[in-house]
Amino acid sequence: MIPGVTIEEKTDPLQGQILEVSMGPHHPSTHGVFRMDVKLDGERIVSLKPVFGYLHRNHEKIAEDVSYLGSIPYTDRLDYLCSLTNNWAYCLAVEKLTGFEVPERAEYIRVIVGELTRLVNHTCLMGFFVQDLGAMGTPLMYAFREREKILDLFEGLTGARMMCNYMRFGGVRCDLPSGWIDEVKKVVAAYPRFLDEFESLLTQNEILIARSQGVGVLSKELAINAGITGPCLRACGVGHDLRKVDAYSIYSRFDFRVPIGAHGDCYDRFMIRLLEMRESLKILDQAIAALPAGPIMDPKAKSRGVRPKAGEAYGRIEAPKGELGFYLISEGGPSPYRYRVRPPSLINLTVLEDMCLGGTVADAIAILGSIDIVLGEVDR
Amino acid sequence: MLGTGILKGLKETARNVIGSFRDKERLPTVMYPEEKVKTKENFRTFPFLVFDGNDAMLGLRCVSCRICEKECPPQCIFIIQERDENNKAVKHPRVFDIDFSVCMQCGICAEVCPFDAIKMDNIYELAGDDRFTGLLVDKHRLAKSNHYYHQIKPTEADEVDSRLAEDRRKAEEAAKAKAAAAAAKAAPPSSTAT
Amino acid sequence: MESAEQLRDRLIAAFPEARVEVLTNPAPVAQHSLILDPAHAAQIATYLRDAPDLAFDYASNVTGVDRPDREIKEKITIKETVDGEEKEVAKEVTRTEPGYLEAVYHLYSMAKRHGPVILRLRTENRTDRVTLPSLTPVWRSCEFQEREIYDLFGIVFEGHPDLRRLLMWDDFEGHPMRKDYVEPDDYEWEPTPHDAFLIKAKRPGTGEEAAPAAS
Repeated sequence: MIPGVTIEEKTDPLQGQILEVSMGPHHPSTHGVFRMDVKLDGERIVSLKPVFGYLHRNHEKIAEDVSYLGSIPYTDRLDYLCSLTNNWAYCLAVEKLTGFEVPERAEYIRVIVGELTRLVNHTCLMGFFVQDLGAMGTPLMYAFREREKILDLFEGLTGARMMCNYMRFGGVRCDLPSGWIDEVKKVVAAYPRFLDEFESLLTQNEILIARSQGVGVLSKELAINAGITGPCLRACGVGHDLRKVDAYSIYSRFDFRVPIGAHGDCYDRFMIRLLEMRESLKILDQAIAALPAGPIMDPKAKSRGVRPKAGEAYGRIEAPKGELGFYLISEGGPSPYRYRVRPPSLINLTVLEDMCLGGTVADAIAILGSIDIVLGEVDR
Repeated sequence: MLGTGILKGLKETARNVIGSFRDKERLPTVMYPEEKVKTKENFRTFPFLVFDGNDAMLGLRCVSCRICEKECPPQCIFIIQERDENNKAVKHPRVFDIDFSVCMQCGICAEVCPFDAIKMDNIYELAGDDRFTGLLVDKHRLAKSNHYYHQIKPTEADEVDSRLAEDRRKAEEAAKAKAAAAAAKAAPPSSTAT
Repeated sequence: MESAEQLRDRLIAAFPEARVEVLTNPAPVAQHSLILDPAHAAQIATYLRDAPDLAFDYASNVTGVDRPDREIKEKITIKETVDGEEKEVAKEVTRTEPGYLEAVYHLYSMAKRHGPVILRLRTENRTDRVTLPSLTPVWRSCEFQEREIYDLFGIVFEGHPDLRRLLMWDDFEGHPMRKDYVEPDDYEWEPTPHDAFLIKAKRPGTGEEAAPAAS
């Protein structure tokens, strides 16, 4: 809500109408097949209803038929920009269900690829956000140029650039090829220069500041109550990062800070991701330096034919978009009885209407861009 | 002054434009298809069947155990086992079809195969104009030699070969030890007393 | 944070008419849940959110689970008159355990950094009595997730501000995530080579006559 703007009954002699506009699903700025039914009073938004389900592929039902191992490639396709963190969340949930333990080297490898994935996601978002504001592709192409370097790293390690299918229950699928860690060091060393260039390109740009500061303000109380997680929550001033709160995996060993915003507007959400990238680079430096030798899989874990005993588990990680959780109910069979993905993008969309009311259509695009949704995750 | 932020940004853009003529790193594209980006060794696309030797069908490592068919998540592999004249099962696939339009290139079939018979290829220029015959691939098109496997993935192929050689050596030694034990049992006990 | 049993005792002390049971979870992670009766669920949820030491201000995940009717075969002994004598006869009877739909809520506390507390609400059956109270007035994050459960399972949440289908289109009939859901035959069907596969796979002994002779 923009303070000072009230939407009141039209009583003027012009007898204006409420205009209903459907934005999407084919729309270059809606980050996928996403539709917003917007009611406009002149230029101000009076009501906004998000409509999705266009990319629904019944992932949860498929998982009840394939084995636990066979679900891992499907998790790649949830948030398709960050496939490795999706794999990690699912493997964490299965490890909670079965009790498999992950050896040291595999934990460090998981942290390294997880933080590289965070870099990929935030780079993408920064490019897409300014693209949505009308920057006509140039910052997006610079962001993609850096992202290509990290995708090449994923290709060298896992075999695929985006659909990595790399984590397994109790470890990772294969060990690092020779020379890979040196390439990671090179990419990590070159990244701060790109971030500096991007900052000088954009963060003092008057157009960006005018269009994103004060736009889409989200209050702390509403954010917590609506279950917002990830950078959107931290931009409102809540210091909730699962890497610090749950301290899952080995994150308690690394020294990094969690950036917190002050205003909760689009500019804060954008800047927080930039700062988080710098913290991720710090974690990467520490993880690469401390990477031990050793096995990469739990010796008592198996990938094929996993049949956890009856029980249930909820495992969650700090994915780049927020809290990604997997809830599994097992009845002792080869496939889960109930498999549920808690998608951060879907929950973050709960407050889209609250943030857009009273703004213009252009603001709605900027706000949607700053929430950072991926429809693969929203619809599953 | 209003506009300094935009001017600073334009300076960065100019640096990238001029720089792309001089610095390889600022020019991330290649003139495909004349130039191609060299893919990494691990790059995986579609599966293929490995055969040893020169004859594709005789040297096929696949014994038709059907584990890959069971584990494939989208169920795109279809196998029928070979049977001889007496309808006894033979360790060879009569039919091994993969539907490339369904395959999601996850690599699980290669990961679970106990005989190193199916591996991931790195071909991606498969565009054709017939969806129904072009993308439904049978075992003759899938079979590629171990020599080809060494060419595309040398490290992996070396590791597989050394492991298979080690397994063969262990099997031979076990067979020899068993034969020696059987011979010792069958032969009359040597008597020291005359 | 208190264990599930302590929490149950505390809730029963605070709401004497409510029925709260603990469902133990045998998995290594030991996340036990509380089964609440639907009539008092909203009060208990508000209590969990507002109690200063609990402060469960964040509902992380809302899941729907379908438990179909189960046939249970049991051996029971009953007294029967056989040939004029009263004897104890062992008989095997089959009884139907009624099924239900379930909504599972995972609650965490951002203020106190503890959790999870797992609440389970069960409907009476799967056919006509499928209403549950909505916890959206307590935690706004349940809004879309309860809509999804209504869409895919069919639980009607009373008190939800805007209960319509979320992922499927508005005129869709049926609840796809139920265990007994059958896909309609007349979907937008397009022939693919995979269909030939599936037809071949269904017919027994297929392909052996048509396949080329072993080379």
